[in-house]
Amino acid sequence: MNIIVPIKMVPDLVDELEINEDGTDLDRDFLSYKLNEFDDHALEEALQLKEEGDATVTVIAFDGEETDKALFTAIAKGADNAVKITGDFEEGTASHVLAKALAEAIKGMDYDLILTGVQAADDRDGQVGVLLANYLGVPHVSVVSGVTLSGNTATVHKEYAGGMMAEFEVDLPAVLGIQAARETPRYAPVSRVRQIMRQAELEEVEVGDVDVNVGSEVRRMFTPEAGEGAEMIEGDAEEVADKILEILKEKGVR
Amino acid sequence: MNQDIFVVAEHLKGSVEDVTYELLGKGRELAGSTGGKLVAVLMGSGAEGLAGSLGAADKVIYVDHPALENFNPEAYAAALADVVKANNPGLVLVPNTSMGMDLAASLSVRNDLPLVAYAIDVAIDGGNAVATSQLYGGKVNAESVLEGDTVAVSVLAGSFPADAGKKDGAPDVEKAAAPGELDNLKVRFKQLIEPEGGDVDITAQEILVSVGRGIQSDENLPMVEELAEALGGAVSASRPIIDNKWLPKTRQVGKSGLKVKPKLYLCLGISGAPEHIEGMKDAELIIAINTDESAPIFEHAHYGSTEDLFDIVPALTEKLKG
Repeated sequence: MNIIVPIKMVPDLVDELEINEDGTDLDRDFLSYKLNEFDDHALEEALQLKEEGDATVTVIAFDGEETDKALFTAIAKGADNAVKITGDFEEGTASHVLAKALAEAIKGMDYDLILTGVQAADDRDGQVGVLLANYLGVPHVSVVSGVTLSGNTATVHKEYAGGMMAEFEVDLPAVLGIQAARETPRYAPVSRVRQIMRQAELEEVEVGDVDVNVGSEVRRMFTPEAGEGAEMIEGDAEEVADKILEILKEKGVR
Repeated sequence: MNQDIFVVAEHLKGSVEDVTYELLGKGRELAGSTGGKLVAVLMGSGAEGLAGSLGAADKVIYVDHPALENFNPEAYAAALADVVKANNPGLVLVPNTSMGMDLAASLSVRNDLPLVAYAIDVAIDGGNAVATSQLYGGKVNAESVLEGDTVAVSVLAGSFPADAGKKDGAPDVEKAAAPGELDNLKVRFKQLIEPEGGDVDITAQEILVSVGRGIQSDENLPMVEELAEALGGAVSASRPIIDNKWLPKTRQVGKSGLKVKPKLYLCLGISGAPEHIEGMKDAELIIAINTDESAPIFEHAHYGSTEDLFDIVPALTEKLKG
């Protein structure tokens, strides 16, 4: 069983996000990047599947900010191989382009299962996992939080609203968009990651220009006014607590 | 862009989901600008009767096949692709829900048409569809122009009022043939799994104290329980808390959790990702405490504070206990 996990770095949402001068993208000069949290769940689920059976896990990512670190971290967590895609795929590249390039990089590989994060904070033109499945011509199920493998099929749970789930049986190879792994994604100690960086090597695959019609362009990017809706309560914790009590009384909640 | 506006109807357990009405309402307005028809695409098995609930549409295109009885990512994507190919609409509106996420991107690749996702608004401008997407956890909006004769937009649930899309009427039903692909599927629906019965039904609570990542550790939950008790309410949570197994799934508010409408929704350390907002924005009174002043939750809250929740919670509890 060969499992591939494409991972992607996204801007750290804890930071203040600013818009560039054209007003069409983030100002990426001072952004810090981190692994898309759903991809971390996809990796965890892959590692769980590896641990309960016989599987190899290959992590693949586009070269860019923090990519090497994320790939080495994945190895430190238990992934077997790490592949870096080089080419012209800078941060903010459209999902369609990334998915097509991933398909180019993956199609020659021997794989049974591809686990992606269900979505990313910046996939404006669609979720990469489903696009990738369609470019590869394999089945897909997204919003998955439960994978069981048996022979050439996977039994998966897809989440609906209200806590409802649907169970599907999927013939492999397939792409699953992981919403949540069965366990909280594991942590790799920094010392271990450093050690891996000295020992392990990243395989590199070059992908040239891909032929895909994105068909949409951002003409304006903007931050919705923060605090627009909320009346901000000033003061220290005691004062805020007093004010909250006052509001509750006024609104008849107390 | 062509003129007709297509809406993919989402249904579950024999009823049409609200998001369908939200899209029909918006679709009606857009069809007004393009001068085209508003068409609902319904896929199911013996589900033709649901067309009667889609009175806001001028026409319903219905595809019937046993494999379409329940949502199936592969079967629905194949059927939708055929319908769109045969009819050449201008704009296909797909809900950006669990089901819609499998459909929209598939449609985009299968039919080679542009897709913009996470839309909270859609307009027609200069003959093109323009979609406003909510990105970066709700911190940034992007307005995209879609170019092509047929384009697709997936729209977040709750973006438009459902009432505008609920109309009596019996639209014409046009039956479309199911693609042959449906007889040989690689994805097979097995069963629906109902949510487990909860310890507390958070949808029935008038007061919810809801915790997010900012709570940092499950060791801090008792403090929040105490506050909820002092207020006479219950504790609910955002997704990360449930994924960490700090609280059961029955306490989850949001897209894949529960939709709540309490009198008071006090959120502690919740950033307000769109998936969470979808589940609580209709609460009567929303008070948000988060040290990140740019947290999107403050756009939806009535009152907010950036003071530390670890200071406010005990202070408030003490005052309530008086």
